[in-house]
Amino acid sequence: MRGIKVVLFKEVKENLRDRKAVFNSLLLAPILLPIMFVGLAWFGTSKQMERAEKVLEVPVVGAEHAPNLVGFLEQQGMVVQAAPEDPEGMVRRQETPVIIRIPDTFPQQWRDGKPAEVEVIADPSRRESEIPMRRVQGLLHAYGQQIGVLRLQMRGISPHLASPILIRDVDLSTPKSRGLLVMIFLPYALMITTFSGGMHLAIDSTAGEKERRSLEPLLINPVPRWQIMVGKLLATTLFGLASLSLTLLAFRFALPYMPTGSLGIDLNMGAKEAGGVLLVVAPVAVLASAMLTMLATYAKSFREAQSYMGLVILIPVIPSILFMANPVKPESWMMPIPLFSQNLLIGEFVRGESVPMDWLLYSIGGTLSIGLILACFAATLFNRPRVVFAGS
Amino acid sequence: MIKVENLHKSFGKVKAVRGVSFEARDGEITGLLGPNGAGKTTTLRMLYSLLPPDEGEIRIDGLDPTKDAMAIKRTLGVVPDSRGLYTRMTARENIQYYGQLHGMADKDIKQRIDELVETLDMSGFIDRRTEGFSQGQRVKVAIARAVVHQPQTVLMDEPSNGLDVMSTRALRAYIRGLKENGQSVVLSTHIMQEVAALCDRIVIIAEGKVAADGTAEELMARSGRDSIEDAFVALIGTEEGLLA
Repeated sequence: MRGIKVVLFKEVKENLRDRKAVFNSLLLAPILLPIMFVGLAWFGTSKQMERAEKVLEVPVVGAEHAPNLVGFLEQQGMVVQAAPEDPEGMVRRQETPVIIRIPDTFPQQWRDGKPAEVEVIADPSRRESEIPMRRVQGLLHAYGQQIGVLRLQMRGISPHLASPILIRDVDLSTPKSRGLLVMIFLPYALMITTFSGGMHLAIDSTAGEKERRSLEPLLINPVPRWQIMVGKLLATTLFGLASLSLTLLAFRFALPYMPTGSLGIDLNMGAKEAGGVLLVVAPVAVLASAMLTMLATYAKSFREAQSYMGLVILIPVIPSILFMANPVKPESWMMPIPLFSQNLLIGEFVRGESVPMDWLLYSIGGTLSIGLILACFAATLFNRPRVVFAGS
Repeated sequence: MIKVENLHKSFGKVKAVRGVSFEARDGEITGLLGPNGAGKTTTLRMLYSLLPPDEGEIRIDGLDPTKDAMAIKRTLGVVPDSRGLYTRMTARENIQYYGQLHGMADKDIKQRIDELVETLDMSGFIDRRTEGFSQGQRVKVAIARAVVHQPQTVLMDEPSNGLDVMSTRALRAYIRGLKENGQSVVLSTHIMQEVAALCDRIVIIAEGKVAADGTAEELMARSGRDSIEDAFVALIGTEEGLLA
């Protein structure tokens, strides 16, 4: 056991002295991720508000065919612009998001009491044109509604007859659960930092030892090789945990700056929620440490190890992407699955739901046991001459 | 005291060592001389239990490295071919780390480092980080950490590789000091000068086998040549891979 402690202390001390590595693995993510997170949210909501409140400026083709309709639109605050030569081309070239075209059949259809066609030219696959398009459609719809009601009243018919169903939305989402979409980012950020925190140390303490040719003399010391490896695994785990805790702390202080009010989102990470999240994600540090160390041990050099790490960092991203594409309801059987259960549980915590105790135990137990199995395997790697002498 | 009997080791199809036997006594310096690739490093790695032999027997002070690896590692001091240091730690911390891995008390480590700073003349750089150390400074730290636990037997793989004249002289003086203390020293080299200047017994290894062994005089007599260099060349059968 003495060997484990000596190796652990030495690895931590030596790596803390590498200022660049410490900054990259422990500080960069906690500083950058919350800023990115809050910044993106600000950017998103302010853009949305801007588009919803901005004065609508819409070119109208054939305004002379429906002066009353155009008058109504202007009354509603829309600025009617002169008709362009080539409306479709203008939208396609993104010179304007939306154009109204009133065909010359409009007056005839109107007089005959048939639905008169009005064309809204837009490209809804462009996200920025979605809001102006919906606003134009809303105005046209309101005009149609108003005229329809008038026509029925003139014939002595109650307008209610034309609306047999009244749809009313009963919104059960709490302000917190509406923030969940935004919150997909948080599990993702926390998993990534848990992996990235230990990455440099994992490489430095295995492939790095080989590269600077210090592994062979190290193994000649009277300490069982598994103890040396366990010391290194623990040091990597500690760095992963440190990075995770710092990121969590940073998010806790960054969240109040989220533009939550305007989105109807209320996300709070109090000490209790943060503690729960830390408890749930901590076992991932063990898993990450074992995976990173295993891969780095097989590599002959720092460079080779780094090229593998790009792939490892993709692993914690998989559940986040899956849940983004296909959100699922958390159930007990999912809890022992590492990375998936953490994603689900972080969501539950942040939504302010109470998390069942057995879910917590399954998640922690499942992740921890898979991590420990991998760690046990990693601990035997220095017993293989092929691993020790590779590259020498 | 080391006794080696009929060692064999292959890596796949390559037979690196094919029947090496020799003895290294306490109070003597034994040199393994041979061209590059003769099997010296592999032989040493089997001695310090990093590689298990395919065949043959090793006894170091009566211990078998294949069975008592931990006990062997405690009695041996090894300066292997790889002598990388941790560049973000000072020379003192590098040596301390090895002392702690040997389970020494902090007080003993400190005292021992003071001794080694004296004998290896390291006072100028002992508390500097090893980043940018000269080859000679690095070898001194590598030796110091290898012998921090005062081993009875010291193994060195090509210890003077890359050293300048001054450092080489200091190294030789240190190795002679070990011998005077009654310790057993085994070093491998492909430099004839080195064995001639330093070694009491010479084991000539070529192509994985012992070509000849004995004192310098015995080897000259056996080969019928009157210079050590000619004797080596005659015994190995080629000049290839050797340095004068």
